[in-house]
Amino acid sequence: MQLDAKIPSGPIQDKWDKHRFELKLVNPANKRKYDIIVVGTGLAGGAAAATLAELGYNVKNFCIQDSPRRAHSIAAQGGINAAKNYQNDGDSIWRLFYDTVKGGDFRAREANVYRLAQVSRNIIDQGVAQGIPFAREYGGQLANRSFGGAQVSRTFYARGQTGQQLLLGAYASLSRQIAAGKVKMYPRREMLDLVIVDGKARGIVTRNLVNGEIEKYAAHAVVMATGGYGNVFFLSTNAMNCNVNAAYRCYRKGAFFGNPCYTQIHPTCIPVHGDYQSKLTLMSESLRNDGRVWVPKNPGDKRAPGEIPDSERFYYLEEKYPSFGNLVPRDVASRNAKEQCDNGRGVGETGLAVYLDFRDAIERDGQDVIAKKYGNLFQMYEKITAQDPYQVPMMIYPAVHYTMGGLWVDYNLMTTVPGLFATGECNFSDHGANRLGASALMQGLADGYFVIPYTIGGYLAGESMTPVTTDHPAFQDSMGQVKERVGKLMSINGKRTVDDFHKALGHIMWEYCGMARNNDGLEKARGMIQELRAEFWENALVPGETENVNQSLEKAGRVADFLEFAEMMVIDARHRQESCGGHFNEAFQTEEGEALRDDENYCYVAAWEDRGPGEDPVLHKEPLEFEHVKLTQRSYK
Amino acid sequence: MTSKAINLTLKVWRQNGRKDKGRFEEYKANNISTDMSFLEMLDVVNEELTLSGQDPIAFDSDCREGICGQCGCVVDGHPHGHEKGTTLCQLHMRHFEDGDTVVIEPFRARAFKVLKDLMIDRSAMDGIIQAGGFVSVNAGGAPDANAIPISQEIAEKAMDAAQCIGCGACVAACPNASAMLFTSAKISHLALLPQGKPEAARRALSMIREMDALGFGNCSNERECEAECPKEISIVNIARANREFLKAGFFSSVM
Ligand SMILES: Cc1cc2nc3c(=O)[nH]c(=O)nc-3n(C[C@H](O)[C@H](O)[C@H](O)COP(=O)(O)OP(=O)(O)OC[C@H]3O[C@@H](n4cnc5c(N)ncnc54)[C@H](O)[C@@H]3O)c2cc1C
Ligand code: SF4
Ligand code: FES
Repeated sequence: MQLDAKIPSGPIQDKWDKHRFELKLVNPANKRKYDIIVVGTGLAGGAAAATLAELGYNVKNFCIQDSPRRAHSIAAQGGINAAKNYQNDGDSIWRLFYDTVKGGDFRAREANVYRLAQVSRNIIDQGVAQGIPFAREYGGQLANRSFGGAQVSRTFYARGQTGQQLLLGAYASLSRQIAAGKVKMYPRREMLDLVIVDGKARGIVTRNLVNGEIEKYAAHAVVMATGGYGNVFFLSTNAMNCNVNAAYRCYRKGAFFGNPCYTQIHPTCIPVHGDYQSKLTLMSESLRNDGRVWVPKNPGDKRAPGEIPDSERFYYLEEKYPSFGNLVPRDVASRNAKEQCDNGRGVGETGLAVYLDFRDAIERDGQDVIAKKYGNLFQMYEKITAQDPYQVPMMIYPAVHYTMGGLWVDYNLMTTVPGLFATGECNFSDHGANRLGASALMQGLADGYFVIPYTIGGYLAGESMTPVTTDHPAFQDSMGQVKERVGKLMSINGKRTVDDFHKALGHIMWEYCGMARNNDGLEKARGMIQELRAEFWENALVPGETENVNQSLEKAGRVADFLEFAEMMVIDARHRQESCGGHFNEAFQTEEGEALRDDENYCYVAAWEDRGPGEDPVLHKEPLEFEHVKLTQRSYK
Repeated sequence: MTSKAINLTLKVWRQNGRKDKGRFEEYKANNISTDMSFLEMLDVVNEELTLSGQDPIAFDSDCREGICGQCGCVVDGHPHGHEKGTTLCQLHMRHFEDGDTVVIEPFRARAFKVLKDLMIDRSAMDGIIQAGGFVSVNAGGAPDANAIPISQEIAEKAMDAAQCIGCGACVAACPNASAMLFTSAKISHLALLPQGKPEAARRALSMIREMDALGFGNCSNERECEAECPKEISIVNIARANREFLKAGFFSSVM
């Protein structure tokens, strides 16, 4: 199959306008004849469901949590980018586009990124109209802060709870449509399969997480907005319920999976401190605006941070990258932290931490100002560590945070399965090999409010649709398969808990497919994953009942999919014989230890096609062409 | 961080589904690191229950950093436990003493239903928002975000109210099982901002009526909600919502 990204012709700044004009429209009176399934209620799913309903479509919206308001997007802290140039500091659509392509280490599709930068402005307008209480200046204008990988101040925020406020905005719009009867909401449901009829996505099969019933739903199109798969590492900053199964089930049904190995390791998280730990907590990147990162100059220096004089501190980011300093992109900051710790300069009990110090900012601006900007983050830190960051520097270490890979989509956000769309973090989309801070919220909302509502209309208007109900045999088949799998999980009756398998998988992935990778390690990891998977199906212990609340069963299904998906990640990582952004293969680095790309051979999106259990996935390449941004070695010096 | 290990006795509410009557059962939680969060402590207990062939305790959680509002149960009589301004997932075991007996039960209210053990159905709170907790604006066509200046003070006040995580602890804390703190936080947040003003009175009327219809109790100024709210939402919001409600009542009576 030849991948066609369907990028419109013409100058980059006109592509989206032209495309919107060329897309066929669904007559307003006909919209109510179409049913659309949206899986997920995060920024991408919530915005899409609300907007499609506003347009007149009938929407069925699904989520795992007990309320759509609790999707993982709620946890985003730092902010959302938009090319508003309110600070008059030289920002523009073009600059946001450029920063994003460069930040992504030249592995994103130019046309998509440009559109993202264009619609970024509308998102802020929409948010303010919904009543989102963004931070303001004294004069009443919107405030901005800076984020990594940019030299302009374009990040909008609501204290340290930007994701919460944006999600509650989308949830408010969604609630309005639920009340209007245009969205039917299905919370506490987990999608376990995609249903395809005549080659098109026509429905899903879910498990009701309260009574265990396997349910089926039909529609004219299906939109995936199921978030990222960082939890394949067990420990990550993601919420507990984040998973890959919805996206993975689509992959098994024919949707190609793009760049699965691109993983973002976030530099500023609270370090790991025990094997009972269930997740890692992010300390927003925005802290790097005022916090200074350092380690003791002398390896093994065990003095308390306050006792180490400035002359014996190594502010390694400021020294190595004078123009970006503490605000280098995440992949660069993370790798540098690892390097310092590997060289014995790490601090704290485990030696796997660096300092993020606010002493100078507090001296300069006063504690009040710092508290206003970051108060809730400081409080969060104190609750977890029992240390007060106003008094002692924070200790931080990199942790898995975001996954750039995801379902492959074309310019219309449609996957390789007709009628199956993917939005937000669950598509591979716009961030290339490394996402810039504050750009995931932007992308999720851009997809949901401003892209999918148009492109899905173009699809529906252009297709002749046969009526399909859930009585169709394809639904029966799919339900049968799902039930069989659930039955199988419940009957293994082994001796090892599902969490224990998940932790073991996490260790393998972090060790061999984490911040730094090499060919031997990846090959070893593949074997280890296969072994662990085989053991899982013989020795996993899933207690409880099938037709009841059963959280162990939920986890078991997710871990089973992670165990398959992890292998695909490793295969992808092994195949990409270069380093780029979040994929760092130790064999490919510059003299200064930066990621060394191979544009000659790897300037493409790797899209993997499923060939069934036991078969290796097949690689398809979407070549990336850079007409507007010159391919260069990234430099943040 | 100096961590030590403590041993606890847990009395946990077990209820296998809506129809079960439910009862407390006792478990030992041994060798619990004081650096663990409360939910991690429950994870550890659940691993042991699983390995010994028993049914693990069902409880909700997602973000585990105090923002999603999915977690929460009553610990020793306090929703989210005794620490101020803390969700259950943020409560750490260093706040317990070796040998403590800890009583854990679900949030209880007429409008909430126990689904299993500590897990409840709080969908009635979504119902309150659906009755008007929004600005009626469609995507597209919004004016420039800086077109209407909003003073920093107002934006901050709106944000104070908007921080509510919808956890339902206020309902569980209230002797009347009222959702007034939750409802008023949303009414206030939107009424403070110019974008929310046009619908403010109607919104207040319809949300408060819906709250009653969904089986939540009335607010009789008991203030327990404020004391237990993990986000420290202030009862000033209730006064503000009542003002909007009265305005609406006045208009609808003269119309
Ligand atoms: C701690 C943290 C802080 C962050 N801070 C920022 C920030 O400051 N700025 C920024 O831009 N980005 C930030 N990010 C990244 C950003 O929050 C996410 O990438 C983004 O919110 C993802 O949104 P989404 O809509 O794609 O998916 P999510 O919000 O993850 O939503 C997924 C939805 O899909 C549902 N779902 C999943 N699987 C299934 C299934 N099988 N069946 C049914 N439903 C399912 C879930 O219930 C949920 O409703 C942060 C991320 C984390 C972890
Ligand atoms: S007001 Fe407080 S206690 Fe009530 S739902 Fe909101 S955050 Fe929870
Ligand atoms: S799990 Fe999200 S608030 Fe506790």
